[in-house]
Amino acid sequence: MFGEQVMRVSQPATAASIPRNRHRRREAWWGMACVAPAVIGFLLWQLGPIAGSLFLAFTDWSIAGTPHWVGLQNFHRMFTADDLFYKSLSVTGIYTLASVPLSMGAAFFLALLLNRKMPGLTLFRTIFFLPSVIPVIAGSVVWLWLFNPDFGLLNALLGSLGVPKLQWIYDESTVLPSLILMNLWGIGPMMVIFLAGLQGIPRELYEAAAIDGGRTIHKLWHITIPLMTPTILFNLILSIIDTLQVFTQPYVMTQGGPNNASLLYVLYLYRKAFQELQMGYASALAWVLFVIVALVSFLVLRSSRRWVHYGGGEV
Amino acid sequence: MKTPTVNAAAPFTRRFAGWPHAVGIYLLCAGGACFMLLPFAWLARSSLMGINQIFRFPPEWIPDPVQWQNFPDALTTVPFLLYLKNTLFILLPSVAGTVATSALAAFGFSRLRWRGRDLTFNVLLATLMLPYAITLIPTFLLWARLGLTNTAWPLVLPRWFGGGAFYIFLLRQFFRTIPREQDEAATLDGANPLEILWHVIVPQSKPALVAVAIFSALNAWNDFLGPLIYLNDSSKFTLALGLAEFTGLYSSQWHLLMAATILVVLPVVALFFMTQRYLIQGLTLTGKQR
Repeated sequence: MFGEQVMRVSQPATAASIPRNRHRRREAWWGMACVAPAVIGFLLWQLGPIAGSLFLAFTDWSIAGTPHWVGLQNFHRMFTADDLFYKSLSVTGIYTLASVPLSMGAAFFLALLLNRKMPGLTLFRTIFFLPSVIPVIAGSVVWLWLFNPDFGLLNALLGSLGVPKLQWIYDESTVLPSLILMNLWGIGPMMVIFLAGLQGIPRELYEAAAIDGGRTIHKLWHITIPLMTPTILFNLILSIIDTLQVFTQPYVMTQGGPNNASLLYVLYLYRKAFQELQMGYASALAWVLFVIVALVSFLVLRSSRRWVHYGGGEV
Repeated sequence: MKTPTVNAAAPFTRRFAGWPHAVGIYLLCAGGACFMLLPFAWLARSSLMGINQIFRFPPEWIPDPVQWQNFPDALTTVPFLLYLKNTLFILLPSVAGTVATSALAAFGFSRLRWRGRDLTFNVLLATLMLPYAITLIPTFLLWARLGLTNTAWPLVLPRWFGGGAFYIFLLRQFFRTIPREQDEAATLDGANPLEILWHVIVPQSKPALVAVAIFSALNAWNDFLGPLIYLNDSSKFTLALGLAEFTGLYSSQWHLLMAATILVVLPVVALFFMTQRYLIQGLTLTGKQR
């Protein structure tokens, strides 16, 4: 194609330094032009709104009328007079603390299962991935019916094991575990990312361990997990952020109930903003979430220096 | 030294341990597959049952008689064809915008050199960690002020501005695997960067571009919060929103609800089976970060 021409032309091109400089500048202009839409998008739909939301958090705006500056009043009210704020914080905290390790553990386990050369495993990969491509709303409707205490499949399965019926999402004590169970259904993408990481581990390392008489658990602990720590970190951070912001499932399935036992944070924020139209207060709620996410991400990244190993074999 | 003994024994132990080991793997996979597929089986069987059979306990698996009527009934209870049209009206321009502008940005971030490039890219990438809740309210207020809520604009226009950091990241990862000499050769031939993108990069990046197109199509099809906030007129609803409305209105008509759900799920499942290779390759690419 272009190959032969390079050979012929490249000599004189490098010799002339002034056109080359101009060429550099031209390239820079093109580069900035190419990323311009993305950068404008970032300013319009990320940075601008962040600033806007910071401003709104200090106002009492309720969509109609003009925003009034109220100082720290929103935050004051949130921390001293809003029981539901604390409720949603604790619900979200418990949900995240339970759901993230469980989903990650399950995704890692499935990835380990699939990371070998055996016929039929790609079919299983497809099956494990499938639930994560269907709309969350559709999944929620199906699970609503699975959880149905009177006619649902889950109670039928329990019944065949001789276990009494559960109320699932209709009981304060079982609603969060039910949502966590349902969340396990969508671990496909995390599993695929783990699988990609596993496939990047050089085979020789395992062969060396086999010669040393390493057992499977031994290999897992001393080779696989240390080399997978960068992927684990990647999945951990993204899954914490996603889990802290779960909205559709509780919105459709429980509306935060029973008795606010599944009032996840973004659902509460949505209520304040779009049902009660307290845009100022909801923005303050959003900023608290933002600070929590930033803090958690920072702490995880900070701690990662101690447990993430970079620089093994492939990059 | 022990090593030689272990080494000599290895083929034996491997053959010995091989079969139970493989059976164990398949059993565990089958267990996982049951968990993943049972809800689909439950969905399918419920969508074909009559109102009497569906409310039996313990539940039956085989619909008898098979009630195909649920599908036309679901289609007429809620205007699903209208919702399908609305969804496609948002989906198609969203996909086009995402592919075009994320490819452009990824090209600018991977094949052209300019000062501040990597910093800019890292700032964009950091938005992957930004909670959407923080931008939700001001963005809504902005669109409301422009009088464009209850239209497709808030759901489509942002896609024409980079489409999202994830896609730019994915494409950049892919573009970087194409040898740079090809760009240089084309440049010396007098091609400008846009021509290089179109004639050199795009033809070699089809799998990644297809992955981006499918991911963004799935996102548009599955998006719930966006339409929920921006569309209030039920004649503008998307399928996801329509299904939620249906759930609220006919919460005890499980046979119709399941039929409606199948109608929303089936196109996605079909698309997934046709294109899963690209999706998994695309995710694999983002899994190999750094």
